[in-house]
Amino acid sequence: MRYETARTRRQGHADTATDTLARGLGLFSIAFGIAEVAAPRAMARALGMKGQEGLIAGYGLREIATGIGILASKDPTPWIWGRVAGDALDLATLATALEGKNPKKENVGIAMAAVAGVTALDVYCAQTLSRESPHPLPPIQDYSDRTGFPQGVDHSWGAASDFEVPDDFRTPEPLRPYTQPDLPQRPMPGL
Amino acid sequence: MKALVWHGTTDIRCDSVPDPQIEHPRDAIIKVTSCAICGSDLHLYDHFMPGMKSGDIMGHETMGEVVEVGAESKGKLKVGDRVVIPFTIICGECDQCKRGNFSVCERTNRNGHIAAKAFGHSTAGLFGYTHLTGGYAGGQAEYLRVPFADATHIKVPKGIPDEKLLFLSDIFPTGWQAAVQCDIQPDDTVAIWGAGPVGQMAIRSAVLLGAKQVVVIDRVPERLAMAEAGGAITINFDEESVIERLNELTNGKGPEKCIDAVGMEAHAAGTIDAMYDRVKQATMMETDRPHVLREMAYVCRPAGTLSIPGVYGGLLDKIPFGAIMNKGLTIRTGQTHVNRWTDDLLHRIEEGQIDPSFVITHTVGLEEGPDMYKIFRDKQDGCVKVVLKP
Repeated sequence: MRYETARTRRQGHADTATDTLARGLGLFSIAFGIAEVAAPRAMARALGMKGQEGLIAGYGLREIATGIGILASKDPTPWIWGRVAGDALDLATLATALEGKNPKKENVGIAMAAVAGVTALDVYCAQTLSRESPHPLPPIQDYSDRTGFPQGVDHSWGAASDFEVPDDFRTPEPLRPYTQPDLPQRPMPGL
Repeated sequence: MKALVWHGTTDIRCDSVPDPQIEHPRDAIIKVTSCAICGSDLHLYDHFMPGMKSGDIMGHETMGEVVEVGAESKGKLKVGDRVVIPFTIICGECDQCKRGNFSVCERTNRNGHIAAKAFGHSTAGLFGYTHLTGGYAGGQAEYLRVPFADATHIKVPKGIPDEKLLFLSDIFPTGWQAAVQCDIQPDDTVAIWGAGPVGQMAIRSAVLLGAKQVVVIDRVPERLAMAEAGGAITINFDEESVIERLNELTNGKGPEKCIDAVGMEAHAAGTIDAMYDRVKQATMMETDRPHVLREMAYVCRPAGTLSIPGVYGGLLDKIPFGAIMNKGLTIRTGQTHVNRWTDDLLHRIEEGQIDPSFVITHTVGLEEGPDMYKIFRDKQDGCVKVVLKP
């Protein structure tokens, strides 16, 4: 039920596996972003990218913002496409670390492979969400006649007023409604 | 016999298991004629409640016919009796049972020491609901052993269909108790979060008890339509602000009585606190997602009441207790004291004041139970309530 919009014609219908994947990518985005913001120095060291700590922390903020966008929006599709663009930026940045005499090139290669894997998921998710379902959705069931009251709603209102609420479930006397209809309320004084 | 057996997270199977036997003179065995999947079973299906073991039989909404009676239950039950089994197992003799506080019976939880470690004191044994509550086999099966059967039953007359009586086992008295906890006055607005089966019963109960207006909050179209059919004003929380609409309906004062019929797995789209809960729960730093509790505490009218039948399991974060304290709110909660209400509710069914079968959307055989758990959990196919016929 999470990502239902008039545009995707899925209003009122249950989550699909793609919705669940989108939500998972949103959570991953936030978690990874927090790691980048919290430990940019450690990441830079592991990738042989000393001096790029500010850039890594900035990318972390981007990840967090995208994750919040995915989880908070009615339609996450543009935000998932945003993740795809971010993945491209990550890959391009990592590629620069393959140049020269970086002793951590092996780590950079592993990181690029991981980003490529996530990119594939992002692209799949974004494409699936962007496609409109080729099959018509089942109609929404009509329960508007299920009153539960054999004598109708109007006749049932207050029908159980003979019920005595047990003492231990009763509202304490000072919290009961204050009803003195004949006592007029004076206007609020100007303060 | 066939039974629905828990094997792990989202893994429930229809297995062949040994038939239950009389283990104690107070036991009885019933042949199950109808049982149901409860919303709180989904907390076990998703494994948000601790204390399940592979091989546990599910189910706590059950009715059937007595086929065997232990020696000490013979005065109260006989073979052939038609009974609904309350989900709370009660001894009928301890201090709490004598007071009508059946859900905190002091003697029926055989793992009471575990519950006492988690909660400070033991609560009653429950059918098919974790080893924290006794690890008793549940009733989504062909047969059920009923411990303390001389007290743990509701005798029902023949000639009324199962569908009208089955929900005396749980959701009808649960919705009723939720409304009774509100001590509804004729001027009260009762706001109910969640239009699932308990929410639907709470709506009907609040109407019968004579609230001024009943408002329900959900987003599933079928459930909102069913709520409206029962007399409720509906709020789709995906389409409008719950706080603004409730204040608008109450001239800015807020509803006097608020009922949480959602519990630990609240789905709140796009709110900061819902995202916070999702992240904390995913990283195992929080057990429950208490968005509804926060919203109720915020919007409830000062000196109002929060009634909480929704199930919570553990530790909750960021509860606005300042609002609760400063507004002087009363909180009433707990598992349902089923037998305290069932004589009265059975009478109201017989009188035709209410027919609880309105909530049933799916009736299937036991073997289709595992699939129905998923359909019910995902709210597919307009599913509101599933009845199983063993």
